[in-house]
Amino acid sequence: MSIHASLLPARTPRSAFGKLLESEAKYAWRAPVGLIFGVTVPVLVLVILGTVPGVNKPVKAFGGLTYFSIYFPILIVLALAVLSLISLPLHLANYREQGILRRMSTTPVPPGWMLAAQVIINLVLAAVALGILVVAGTAGFGLGAPKAPGGFTLALALTIAAMFAIGLWVSAIARTTGGASVIGQLLFYPLLFFAGLWLPREHMAPVLRDISDWTPLGAAVRSLQSSMLGAFPSAQSLLVLAAWAVVFGVLAVRFFRWE
Amino acid sequence: MSLCSGGGAPGAAGSGAAGFGSVPDAEAAVEVLHLRKTYGTTVAVDDVSFSVQEGEIFGILGPNGAGKTTTVECVIGLRVPDGGAIRVMGLDPQEDREDLHAIVGAQLQASALPARLKVGEILDLYHSFYREAADLGEIMESLGLAEKRNEYYRSLSGGLKQRLSIALALIGNPKVAVLDEMTTGLDPQARRDTWALIEGVRDRGVTIILVTHYMDEAERLCDRVTLLDRGRIVAIDTPERLADRAGVDKRVRFVPSGPFSDRLLTGLPEVRTVEHEGEQVIVTGSGELANIVILTLALA
Repeated sequence: MSIHASLLPARTPRSAFGKLLESEAKYAWRAPVGLIFGVTVPVLVLVILGTVPGVNKPVKAFGGLTYFSIYFPILIVLALAVLSLISLPLHLANYREQGILRRMSTTPVPPGWMLAAQVIINLVLAAVALGILVVAGTAGFGLGAPKAPGGFTLALALTIAAMFAIGLWVSAIARTTGGASVIGQLLFYPLLFFAGLWLPREHMAPVLRDISDWTPLGAAVRSLQSSMLGAFPSAQSLLVLAAWAVVFGVLAVRFFRWE
Repeated sequence: MSLCSGGGAPGAAGSGAAGFGSVPDAEAAVEVLHLRKTYGTTVAVDDVSFSVQEGEIFGILGPNGAGKTTTVECVIGLRVPDGGAIRVMGLDPQEDREDLHAIVGAQLQASALPARLKVGEILDLYHSFYREAADLGEIMESLGLAEKRNEYYRSLSGGLKQRLSIALALIGNPKVAVLDEMTTGLDPQARRDTWALIEGVRDRGVTIILVTHYMDEAERLCDRVTLLDRGRIVAIDTPERLADRAGVDKRVRFVPSGPFSDRLLTGLPEVRTVEHEGEQVIVTGSGELANIVILTLALA
C-alpha cells in the first residue's frame, strides 16, 4: 500500500479547466445550436414585435415607458429558456449518448467540470443575446433603463440560476438526445406560456396568473417587469425563483450520471 | 516484490482461480478478488479473481458475453461491483476514483470523442488532464497521428479512431493501462504496429490489461492470460500452455459444397488444424472461428 501511495501524482491541474472550456467553446462555435436558437429566436421575436404598431410609444400608465420596455423581460426569459432547456440539455445528452462523457469519466477530471464549462458557454450566449436585445431595443423601441436597477439585476441573476438548474436537471435525467428534446420541450412551452409570451400576464384569468406567479418564468417576468417600472420585485417572486434554483440544482447534482 | 517484465509466467496463480488465496496481494499492480456483477437477473461476472503483477501484460480472453468488458470496467471504476474487492496500485476504484484515474489509462469500447473537435485538439485537451503526462509529439508520432492532427474526429476512419483512442489511454503516462479490444477494426499492418507500440509501453514498466478476441494477439503480447466463459474463469495460464490445452480450441465441422485447398484455411491466424473425415471437414482453432472459415470459403 505505502509503496504505491508515494507513486501517486496529484490530480488534474486547475489549468486544464481552461482547456476544457476552450474546446467546448470551439465545439459550440462549430455546432452552433445554442448560437442559432438561443440568440436568433429572441431577436426574431423582437423583429416581429417591431411590426406591431405603437409598440415603441411611451405609455402613461407605465410611467412613460414604451410597451416594448414592458415586453422586454419576456424576450430575456425566452432567450434564457432556449439556452437552458434546449441548448444545454441537448448538447450534454448528445455527449452522453455518444459515449463522450463515458470516455471523459475515465480521466481524473471531476464530473462537475463538464457541466460548469457548458453552463459558462450558455451564459456567454445569453449575454450575447441580451446585448443584442438591449442595443436593438434602445435604438429602435425606446427601451429605457430599468427604474429599479438593483432589483432588476437580482431578479435576472435568480432567473438565470433557476433556469440553468432546471436545464441541468433535464441534462442529468435524459439518457438520449431524443429524451432531452422531449423533456426540454415539455417544460419549454408551458413555462413560456406562463411567462406571457403568447398571452401577457395582465390579460390572464386570475387563476392562470396565480399559477404563473409560482412558475419560474412567471415569477421572472413579474419581478423583471416591476423592476422596469421602478418597484423592487416582491419577496414572493424572488423566493419562488430561489426555490426553483435550489431544488433543481440539488436534483441535478443528485441524479447526474456520466452515462 | 516481483518486478517482472518480459516473457514467462510471473510467480503465483498457476491454473484456474482455485489455486488463489483470499489474502490480497499487496504488491500486485491489480488485484481482483471474488468479483461479482449482475445486471438484473443476468450474472455478468461470477466469482472472478486474478492478480496482475507490475510490468506484466495480462490478457483477458473469451467469447462475446463472457464478462470481459464488465470485468475491466469494474477495475477502472466505471461500474460498481455487486461483490468482491478490487485494488489497483493499492487504490479502491470506487473510493479513490480521481486518484485512480490519474494513474490508469483506459481504451474502452462504446465510447467516442466530440465529432467536431480535431485530432490535435482532443490530444491536447486530454494531455492537459494529467500532471505527469506523456510527451504529446512522441505519442502522436508512434501512433501515426501527427499528420492527422488537423482532421475532425467525425471524418476519421474506424482504424484511426481506434488509434486515437489508444493514444488517449497512454497520454497520461499511466502506471496501468486497460485496453479493451484495441486492435478490433485495425488492418493487419496497423495491428502489428500497435503490438510493437504496446511492447514498448510495457518495456517502460507499465502494467497492461488487454481484453482481446484474438489468440494470436494474446500469444504475441501477454505474459499470462485468463480465459473467461459466461462470467467465470475457465483458466489462468501462459498463452502457450493455454493454447495447448485441447479444451481451448474451437471446433467447426462441416461438409464443403466443393473441393478446396486446405492452405486456404491453414493460412488463417485463427485456424490451428484442418482434418478430413470422409466428406466432413473438421477445423480447430480460436477466435471467431466459424465466421472466418465460412467467410474465407465463401470468398474463395
